[in-house]
Amino acid sequence: MGNAIDRREFFRLAGLGSVVLVSGCAGMGHGTSQAQQDFYFVQLSDTHWGFSDPAVNPDFAGTLPKAVAAVNSLSVPPDFVMFTGDLTQTTDDPTERRRRLSQFKQIAAGLTVPVVHYMPGEHDAALDRGAAYSEFFGATHYSFDHKGVHFIVLDNVSDPGAAIGDEQLTWLKGDLAKQSPDSRIVVFTHRPLFDLYPRWDWATRDGDKAIALLMPYRNVTVFYGHIHQENHHMTDHIAHHAAHSLMFALPAPGSQPKRTPVAWDASAPYRGLGYRQVRTEQASAGYRVAELPVVKG
Amino acid sequence: MLNRRQLLCYLGGATALAATAPLLMAAGSERVIRIAGRRFEWTPSTVEVKAGEAVVLEILVSDVVMGFNLPDLKLRTDLVPGRPARLRLPPQPVGELTFLCDVFCGSGHENMTGVIKVVA
Repeated sequence: MGNAIDRREFFRLAGLGSVVLVSGCAGMGHGTSQAQQDFYFVQLSDTHWGFSDPAVNPDFAGTLPKAVAAVNSLSVPPDFVMFTGDLTQTTDDPTERRRRLSQFKQIAAGLTVPVVHYMPGEHDAALDRGAAYSEFFGATHYSFDHKGVHFIVLDNVSDPGAAIGDEQLTWLKGDLAKQSPDSRIVVFTHRPLFDLYPRWDWATRDGDKAIALLMPYRNVTVFYGHIHQENHHMTDHIAHHAAHSLMFALPAPGSQPKRTPVAWDASAPYRGLGYRQVRTEQASAGYRVAELPVVKG
Repeated sequence: MLNRRQLLCYLGGATALAATAPLLMAAGSERVIRIAGRRFEWTPSTVEVKAGEAVVLEILVSDVVMGFNLPDLKLRTDLVPGRPARLRLPPQPVGELTFLCDVFCGSGHENMTGVIKVVA
């Protein structure tokens, strides 16, 4: 974790208060075309629909709907919403898995934002290699373009061994080949691509191969989930940003022997939960990242 | 991931190292520690070895495919039910090593961890 950036350091670097300016600025000097207007998207992560331990989250049935309502109430709607995996809590029962995915999809359909992207986490996909997930949400890895930014969704969970796999890496290489070295690229994953804390399995077995493929591109930023807390890390010029969960928080990496969920604090409900806004900064080729609570205090 | 050929190569390399390291025992006489795995526990979940002692971990799972991972040493092996897998643990200093299942095996997977205590 030698390249970890703590929150205070990140703010210091950014010179900002509760808003963080992130990612590289190698793209400065780009002409701003119609396709490169500033915009923002929302990242929601680790909703774990089906989780039901009231000691960890007594509002387990209400937190996701509250987050949907919070996004819908934003004064300026985002261009799109991205769910970065663990939409549902894992279950060994394939029928129950589909029931949870269906219920999740129904609740997410309440988002008034017209464009919503999804990807699986290991809780959704690892026990059946993404079969049930794909029935509801389609491909587990894909890419799309939006206003001058190339977005890549990488699946590092459908393989129960937490590998991206050679086939997908070949696809990634081909997808990246269509980009120029200074293209603006955002990667979404569920697990961290780097070895954040392997003792808690917070890693991707072949994540180093994906990072190696991304390395020649000067403007790459990764947004991911899995660890249920904000975390910022650099692998050379590539910034990696973990998001909060919308079901339960997890302890800081290595801060205790086991990665047991953080208990609910009745004096500070929903603490450690939240969602994220990411705004592009075309002039600097950077991003402003803002962490927002489920419920405004 | 170590396949069979890589594992044999690794074990061969370790044997060569043993010839130059007085604390090591010959590979053939290294203690074998058996660990059983099933969803979602290791038995035993705490293993004790002496500092400087090389041992062989023999891991056998009985129900589903799993993975045994010692991230501190970057050692791992896939586990197939009914087929024992062996990992050689090189001599270690006093301390603790975490091991875990690294193949998602169900709703209790995330609790499937254990510790190797290396004692004086």
